[in-house]
Amino acid sequence: MTRTTGSTTLDAQTTTTLPGAEVLLRALVEQGVEVIFGYPGGAVLPIYDALFKQNHIRHVLVRHEQAAVHAAEAYARSTGKVGVVLVTSGPGATNAVTGLLDAMMDSIPLVCLSGQVPTPLIGNDAFQEADTTGITRPVTKYNYLVRKPEDLAPAVHEAFAIARSGRPGPVLIDLPKNITVGDAPYVEAHAVTPRTTRMGSQPDRAAITRAVAAMKAGKRPLFYTGGGVINSGPQASAALRRLVELTGFPVTSTLMGLGAFPGTDQRFLGMLGMHGTYEANLAIHGCDVLIALGSRFDDRVTGRLDAFSPSSFKIHVDIDPSQINKIVHVNEGIVGDVGQIIDLMIEEWEKQPAYAHKSDLDAWWTQIESWRALDCLRFGQDKAPDAVIKPQQAIQRIYELARQTGRDTYVSTEVGQHQMWAAQFFRFDAPNRWLTSGGLGTMGYGLPAAVGAQIAHPDALVMDIAGEASTLMNIQELGTIAQYRLPVKIFIINNHYMGMVRQWQELLHGSRYSESYSDALPDFVKLAESFHATGLRVTRLDELDATIQKALEHNGPVLVDICVAEGENCFPMIPSGAAHNQMILGPEQEASSATISKEGQMLV
Amino acid sequence: MQVEVSGSAVISLLVDNESGALARIVELFSGRGYNIQSLTVAPVDEHGHTSRVNIVTTGTQSSIRQVKTQLERLVPVSRVVNLTAEGPYVAREMALVKVVSSGEPRTEALRIAQAFRARAVDTTASSFVFELTGSTDKLDSFIELMRPLGLVEVSRTGVASICRGPQTIQNF
Ligand SMILES: Cc1ncc(C[n+]2csc(CCOP(=O)(O)OP(=O)(O)O)c2C)c(N)n1
Ligand SMILES: [Mg+2]
Repeated sequence: MTRTTGSTTLDAQTTTTLPGAEVLLRALVEQGVEVIFGYPGGAVLPIYDALFKQNHIRHVLVRHEQAAVHAAEAYARSTGKVGVVLVTSGPGATNAVTGLLDAMMDSIPLVCLSGQVPTPLIGNDAFQEADTTGITRPVTKYNYLVRKPEDLAPAVHEAFAIARSGRPGPVLIDLPKNITVGDAPYVEAHAVTPRTTRMGSQPDRAAITRAVAAMKAGKRPLFYTGGGVINSGPQASAALRRLVELTGFPVTSTLMGLGAFPGTDQRFLGMLGMHGTYEANLAIHGCDVLIALGSRFDDRVTGRLDAFSPSSFKIHVDIDPSQINKIVHVNEGIVGDVGQIIDLMIEEWEKQPAYAHKSDLDAWWTQIESWRALDCLRFGQDKAPDAVIKPQQAIQRIYELARQTGRDTYVSTEVGQHQMWAAQFFRFDAPNRWLTSGGLGTMGYGLPAAVGAQIAHPDALVMDIAGEASTLMNIQELGTIAQYRLPVKIFIINNHYMGMVRQWQELLHGSRYSESYSDALPDFVKLAESFHATGLRVTRLDELDATIQKALEHNGPVLVDICVAEGENCFPMIPSGAAHNQMILGPEQEASSATISKEGQMLV
Repeated sequence: MQVEVSGSAVISLLVDNESGALARIVELFSGRGYNIQSLTVAPVDEHGHTSRVNIVTTGTQSSIRQVKTQLERLVPVSRVVNLTAEGPYVAREMALVKVVSSGEPRTEALRIAQAFRARAVDTTASSFVFELTGSTDKLDSFIELMRPLGLVEVSRTGVASICRGPQTIQNF
């Protein structure tokens, strides 16, 4: 076929020709790449050789290609840069697939470079050949098979533009070995016109005016913010704060959006959705104007669709036009960068006549405060010194004690109950600090994500809130942590169960705990020690704080095995297929909730 | 929730003529559960850099709107127009229809072919291959009429479409 990238303007006089691998690295340097997460193999040896001979780019050797992608995702999410991955052909590329889909679902900008057999061998079932572009097409935003040397540099430049533009995502470049060994012309980024430029459009000012008019008319308004605000950059989070300040409206956030608005602010209602707070879910059910900013009405958020926020005027701001009206029909869709649109909303808010429903808004806040008074996250911890630790207690204390250190803190999680408790109990002041697998829910994300975050922020406190089952899915990354002396703190909330599975089995499958017990677990303390890390274990309440403190104070990697109560469930919970006003509450709240939820229903 | 009626739509795209572009489009339809009734693709510019793809799909209005925005996200896709929604357009396809018969059915087949302005592009003592161009409906009815007259095989191109008047896909 004819060409694989956007148009290039080649100036014959100034063209430099270099071995393909060097062209590749030069393009990466020009794109500002500082770190690559990767794993070598036959098809990428020329690239590894070129890496060996230079000092601009640091390579971090992971222990599994899936982990390389998760590490790059966390690097990207915590820095705002594009994460870069390098894997070999065949099994190297297929191992990366889960990570690529994870990045796709959570809109994380990545460039994944994969080796490929030489072009003359493609299609012959050569050793370690895989149809990598075919396999990764549905899990990437775009991918390339570079067949001609002159396409190499333009493909790299365009890949970065695609990864970071619009709704960000992963881009893969498949590099046949003859392309990286043979000579290729170097083309500078400015000489390449990426095809992303076709897509840009100006935000619809009239729609913004109408949206703000609807906000001004709102008596029970609510902001529902998502990962799009984080992707838009720190200035979007700052703009969101100003808009909330200006309007006085309450804010709830998706799992991916945590940190965009300060979690400790009184106007923050906590996360919404399946394990969201009581007040956030009842507010979304009862609001009359819903302003969705960079969120995508995921099914974990909406619950039963025909009962989702039934009486609200819906405004949806998203950079991706295909998200608007995809799941929920909205009254006003605005396409564009959410940060820029929030700025325009602020401008418009100040221009339009003053908000005239202050007393209704006050009544709405009174209602919300009455929901908040239920204290839906409260749990019953036995206070005896030798009491079994509740998982919520462990996570809450990790949060509080880490906060007391005053250090800049990054938190990754695995997937399961511990992830939801972490989302509930951790309150983030700033964006880009919360690293979790939202859309795909990939067990095994947290440990490599901690690696990526610590590489990006060597002086920060990086913690992984983990489950014992998830951790084992990428436990080999303890080797990476040891090699680079990464002082990450891994807290395993060890409930001896795939807790989230166990919870669903208890609530929906008659307590038949089919294959969800974590049998034959390793001794995590010894496991940590064998990987040259410090291992700690705590089993009693009175040792919890001291053990967490000790882990936080230690200046090397620490793995803490926190043995917690086995049967705890994560509440509130909206069972799938239920509406937001049909939450299941914890045992602590059940008694009082009946009356309050009736009140809630009366309101809406 | 109101129930939306399903209908068919002709979607026309301009795409970069690169390997994988068609796969991306087809996988978008299959991966998201949309249906493709027919699909045509061929290069249309002088250098062969750009191909035009015509897809006939069925769905509710909102699902077809979704398809369109999803297609617009694809990097090699530079234009997407839902011709059915955007106003008058011409849609034509070609069919090759093989009829094997003799005696009265054979003469009847030839007569109908003449009425439809189908050309016999291959003739043997026992068979015809008719070539027919026209709207999908016209081809459908021709094929229906041929069925009792010895129809044994059909090959259709799928729809090529273009909007009427001076308007082009570029300036939608
Ligand atoms: C790769 C993968 N496989 C399976 C699942 C389904 N799943 C979701 S949560 C979970 C249990 C996680 O157990 P653990 O890590 O111990 O966390 P806990 O829920 O106990 O806190 C499982 C199996 C998944 N999300 N990802
Ligand atoms: Mg567990």
